[in-house]
Amino acid sequence: MNEKRMHAKKWQTTFFLIIIIVVTYLSTSITNFNLIDGMLTIPAAIGWMFSNLLITQDSIAKMPQILEKLGETIFMSIAATTLAAVVSLFLALMGSKTTKVNQFFSVIARFIASFSRNIPVVAWSLILLISFGQNSMTGFLALFVATVGFLTRAFIESVDEANQSSVEALTATGATYFHIVSKAVIPQSLPQMLSWILFMIETNIRSATLVGILTGTGIGYMFDLYYKNMNYNVVALITFTIVIAVIVIELLSNKIRKVIL
Amino acid sequence: MEMVKDINPTLIKRKGNGQINIKSGNKVDTVVKWTIWVLTALTILAFFFFDYTGLQIQRAISETLYNLRVMFFEPALTHFSWGEAFYQVGITLGLGVLATIFGAIIALFLSLLAAENLSKPWISKMIRVFVAFIRAVPTVLWVLIFAIAAGLGSEAAVLGMLFHSIAYLVKAFSEAIEEVNPGIIEALRSTGSSWWHIVVHGILPSTFTYFLSWTFLRFEINFSVAVAMGAAAGAGGIGFELFMASGFYFDLREVGLITYAILIIAIILEVISTRLKNRYFPSSVKA
Repeated sequence: MNEKRMHAKKWQTTFFLIIIIVVTYLSTSITNFNLIDGMLTIPAAIGWMFSNLLITQDSIAKMPQILEKLGETIFMSIAATTLAAVVSLFLALMGSKTTKVNQFFSVIARFIASFSRNIPVVAWSLILLISFGQNSMTGFLALFVATVGFLTRAFIESVDEANQSSVEALTATGATYFHIVSKAVIPQSLPQMLSWILFMIETNIRSATLVGILTGTGIGYMFDLYYKNMNYNVVALITFTIVIAVIVIELLSNKIRKVIL
Repeated sequence: MEMVKDINPTLIKRKGNGQINIKSGNKVDTVVKWTIWVLTALTILAFFFFDYTGLQIQRAISETLYNLRVMFFEPALTHFSWGEAFYQVGITLGLGVLATIFGAIIALFLSLLAAENLSKPWISKMIRVFVAFIRAVPTVLWVLIFAIAAGLGSEAAVLGMLFHSIAYLVKAFSEAIEEVNPGIIEALRSTGSSWWHIVVHGILPSTFTYFLSWTFLRFEINFSVAVAMGAAAGAGGIGFELFMASGFYFDLREVGLITYAILIIAIILEVISTRLKNRYFPSSVKA
């Protein structure tokens, strides 16, 4: 690295830092964010958490109800992810470079995926809430649509990464399109796809809480209810059960991932 | 013929018709198969546990299709002006920027302590457990919990999102640091460099671009989180307008326009982060 290039690099770094500082400044002014207030809030909030978010005997009594709602939320995210995976598999096969039927379908598949992925799950749940009403279907569909978008992108990547030579070998033997997909492409990318599905289940349980707050279903609704009633002991218990559920699912899927990848 | 005799016949598993079963004993296949079966069973079960109060599926579907058509083909603004709309999008972007930048700075220091090749095992383990706990709590719960102490507003939203961003980035950053060539660290150590020297001259130069791409990836996520926080936790911005338009005014045309605004920003961010990703890490990376 000669002196001139080092100089240029130094300028680049300085320029970059200036941009970041300007963007941060603009963001603080547009959002009325006060850094000092914000920093002071952290110890206050942590202090508040330790003195108020306590699980008491009274809140434990609510446990069966909480577990039922938590179960609903977990089921909702698993069902949404699994069904979305089935749809995504078809979209990914249409969209991928290796397995696409024709250019037209490929573009359509990619468009559907991008459209459903980039509209946040919040927007989907608010749109669906208008006519589906306050029940599990709303949350399920919102998660389903968002997951289709995300999984299609991930699956297209896994299919593209699959080894080309086995596809070529099967093509040479005169195998049909269906044979090539089911014998060469899917077996190779299945572990990778499964890993994405597990990842998405974890993410969806967290999103389901958010969707639940908006659509009045599942554990999110329970949280919102007790939060608004300022019954913080139950709030603590609900948060705790969500944490346990997410961590257990994460550990389980890490175990599966270790074997299959 | 003699070769065949050498193989212990009990080790060869055959199917009913005498064919040799080439797939038996493959643990990967078994686990994959079982996972798929369990997920399928749970999915079918799920539909029995759902709460269907007030659901009229046919009416709901036809109404939603009609709503979607109004939203996407006749978008319009009625309750606020275009200038206001840009301002609200700006607020949402601002929340995302603040949470991402502060998160990245804090995560950088924490990840140095969390990386196994730079830190003591017990410190790294402690940070990892702590971070896993923070990540398990959904962002919206963090924002709502902070809102009690800080009041509704940008502080609570940024802090709540910050917590989650830190947890996410510490995991990504520390994994990148652990992949740094151990030779570099060893070489610097042998010259008697201090811990800071190793970080500044050994670690940062080779991981900086990774950090930047991860940070941008997180910004992409934080934008949609900021929209969600506006809607669910009263953090303001375009998410709050979306919530008002759909929940209070029932103005589908406005919902459509807001959705388009979010969609456009999200697609721009996705294109940038895909470019960064392809440039700096060719192998697939989990967002």
